[in-house]
Amino acid sequence: MLLDPFEKIVANLPYGDGFKFVDHILEMDDNHVIGVYRFRESEYFYKHHFLQNPVTPGVMLIECMAQIGLACLGTYLNKNNTQSLDFIFNESHVVFNSIVKPGTAVIVSARKEYFRFGKLKCLVKMMDENEKKIAEGWVSGMIIKSDETVK
Amino acid sequence: MKKEEIENQLHDIVKVYLPQDVNADDIQADSHLMQDLGINSAHLVDIALDVEDAFDITLDESDMEAMQTVSDSVQIVQRKLKP
Repeated sequence: MLLDPFEKIVANLPYGDGFKFVDHILEMDDNHVIGVYRFRESEYFYKHHFLQNPVTPGVMLIECMAQIGLACLGTYLNKNNTQSLDFIFNESHVVFNSIVKPGTAVIVSARKEYFRFGKLKCLVKMMDENEKKIAEGWVSGMIIKSDETVK
Repeated sequence: MKKEEIENQLHDIVKVYLPQDVNADDIQADSHLMQDLGINSAHLVDIALDVEDAFDITLDESDMEAMQTVSDSVQIVQRKLKP
């Protein structure tokens, strides 16, 4: 096998390069995941947020936590499912403690609170490379078969 | 546990997940959780989990599918509570 199982999950996430906020998964099992992402200086939003003062938008930090905590862990939890699955991010509560400047590598850890009836909820935390806390909260999403629609 | 007691507890659980444009007074026995009360499928899971905790029962996929209206939910709880 060319890719290890975690790399394979990251490589197959349904996001394009400009919107994939996961570089590597460091640890993952049925109950938790730890992933990292370095916010590139070239990310398109730094040109606009803010003018002459690039700071990573909070929504991108939430997206990063959801991609690691829900999309990566959700894929892992469904690894024995052969059907094509869709992930629908549907709720979050996040408190921000610090800002993320361009070039910062963030470490996201997520702990599963439950995965029942297709819904995955995780407690999430983001730190920078100096282990300073950036944000914490929770995210949840539904994991459904690709041919179903969510109401 | 009396039926009324179950209904009251269920009312308190459901009202937490109502969208902004639905009033708690709109929760009636025949209210359809999704169609009438506007509860989405993710919050339906939260309601099921809260019901499990409140009544100390376990729900499965078929209970989840049967949980359409408020009175359906009361019946499921009553059935599960029977010794």
